Amino acid sequence: MKILVVGLNHKTADIDVREKLAFDGAKLEGGLSGLKTLPEVREALILSTCNRVEMYANVSDIAKAYDSIKDFLSQFHGIDKTALEKSLYKYENLDAVHHVFRVASSLDSMVVGEPQILGQMKDAFEFALSKKTTGVLLNKLMKKAISVAKRIRTETKIAENAVSISFAAVELAKKIFTDLSTKSFMLLGAGEMAELAARHLMSSGVKDVIVANRTYETGCNLAKEFNGRAIKFEDFLREMVNTDIVICSTGASKYVLMKDDMHKIIKERRHKPVFIIDISVPRNIDPGINDVDNVYLYDVDDLKGVVDTNKQERQKEAERAERIVSEEIETFQRWQSSLDSVPAIIALRDKADAIKKEELDRLLNKIPSLGEKEKKDIEYMASAIINKLIHPPTAALKEDAEDKDILIATLKRLYGLNEKE
Amino acid sequence: MGTILFELALTFYFAAAIISLAELFRGTKAMARIMLLFVILGFALHTVSIIYRYAAGGYMPVSSPHEAASFFSWCTVLLFLILEFRYKVGLLGSFIMPLVFVLMFSSAMLSREIKPLSPELQSYWFGIHTVLAFLGNASFAMSFGIGIMYLVQEHYVKSKHIGGLFQRLPSLQSLDEINYRLITIGFPLLTLAIITGAFWADKAWGGYIKGDIRVVWSLITWLIYAIVLHTRLIAGWRGRRAAVLSIIGFLSIIVAFFGIKLLGKGLHVFL
Repeated sequence: MKILVVGLNHKTADIDVREKLAFDGAKLEGGLSGLKTLPEVREALILSTCNRVEMYANVSDIAKAYDSIKDFLSQFHGIDKTALEKSLYKYENLDAVHHVFRVASSLDSMVVGEPQILGQMKDAFEFALSKKTTGVLLNKLMKKAISVAKRIRTETKIAENAVSISFAAVELAKKIFTDLSTKSFMLLGAGEMAELAARHLMSSGVKDVIVANRTYETGCNLAKEFNGRAIKFEDFLREMVNTDIVICSTGASKYVLMKDDMHKIIKERRHKPVFIIDISVPRNIDPGINDVDNVYLYDVDDLKGVVDTNKQERQKEAERAERIVSEEIETFQRWQSSLDSVPAIIALRDKADAIKKEELDRLLNKIPSLGEKEKKDIEYMASAIINKLIHPPTAALKEDAEDKDILIATLKRLYGLNEKE
Repeated sequence: MGTILFELALTFYFAAAIISLAELFRGTKAMARIMLLFVILGFALHTVSIIYRYAAGGYMPVSSPHEAASFFSWCTVLLFLILEFRYKVGLLGSFIMPLVFVLMFSSAMLSREIKPLSPELQSYWFGIHTVLAFLGNASFAMSFGIGIMYLVQEHYVKSKHIGGLFQRLPSLQSLDEINYRLITIGFPLLTLAIITGAFWADKAWGGYIKGDIRVVWSLITWLIYAIVLHTRLIAGWRGRRAAVLSIIGFLSIIVAFFGIKLLGKGLHVFL
């Protein structure tokens, strides 16, 4: 009963290698059953995402299994084995557990703390369950990995801060305004990043959208897409009086909004706060505007600064998460060693002995007139019965059977043998 | 008995203040919960201790500096608990509980002797005037804390150095709105306190108390908060300016509260 992880990720393989080795769509089912039928593999699971392809297996012999898996991969995907070996990594037993926990907790991800991996992990597990390729060991490993990931998510702030520019903009907006759904928002000019930020804002609840573009037509189309309305570019200053959030990327070569304009606008707005994001390079908005009370101006570099700080924060939280992973490995290890046959055999014998003693005591109390010899005979018979009863299971557990882990788990359940922590 | 309860309340407030300050460095939900529990326990004990004192003296226990500071803290904690449950303002405790502790501690340092109430104070106006004044002051104390929180959060957003408490502090808009609401509660209370005080003075001494330094300071304080409300209603001033004004307003209350005693005589020499 040994855990083996074989895989590759964004750190060890380029995108073209990852693409070739991916078990996407229909390939997953074939891959999983192929992996499971390898002679050394007892349980199998495949995790395939755009950043990693990993195989988790319960194997009888690590070295042999590793070789067969490599052969299998090169055959299945039609890739040269030596080329494959360069990108592969391999973890055994506790190192494998460590790796799986880290992957589930998004500590091994390209963007540390990203939330998708846990969902992908759950999907992979469910798929394997539905194909019945996992058993006691991998089921426990996956369940534990998922719970470790959840624990890390609640106990650390690893996923808390935005690490992309457009999310950082939304995060800032939420710290300026209480409720984004009551705020209006203007898209000044159109650019890819501006549109992305706009989309994030809208999914955070912003409803009232105005688009001001130099080409009115383009503006109209974009407005339609956002369920908003288009205005003429010249009118944007007037419209700003009623706008709480502005995203600007016009491609103009000089400032389109000056400090003096802003003073007038903010006065007309009765000093209600305005959040302005200037994504254009070169900048389109006079940076001095940030000095106006209740006006908050961020340009691309500012947002990048926010993202960098957040990444550092996540790194700090990742260190705490690593400590949690180490803790949880210990509990996994305890569980695994409880599957070892020796403690199970001892527990079974203890239980049988306890029953024997209890019943003997009861009988001898009931019939005090028994002589020494009779007592000995009765005791002998009791021992003989329990020995004969527990001999076959003990012998079965002592063999190095394929399904030993299942036997031990079953035995414990049938006889109610409690694990000693 | 009253003294023991007071000491216990002080201890709980102290513990809550320490935890609330620790929260600034390392905030966890458990810490926030324990802090709140300590505040509630302290508040319950404090309430009983004030009732004891009321029973012992037979009058609203706000006539000595010790009683006044204690009652001031009590009102502030009351408002803190209301705000905490109504709005769940993140980190509010860190900005309020240390202040409460300082008030309570200064109360503990002052003489706790229960003196018979001087004859000129023996009037039902005494209770009405003082309770109004203290509830008003407590609202301003809260608005002071919220104002500081606003300035801290605004500093993060304006300077673009996101970090520290940025994530855990509420949004600028909600801080500003809560601040405004507190002032709209505190201002009428202060106004009524001044009016009842004037009535009472007229009845008891036959005229306004001219030159009483406490009265002068109260009018200055009243004026500051009047400016906050006026500029907000007329010109829409909000945000930083409102926060700064509410901080200045509260500092003026503190000056009135403690400064007067140092300066000497006057009818309000006891508070």
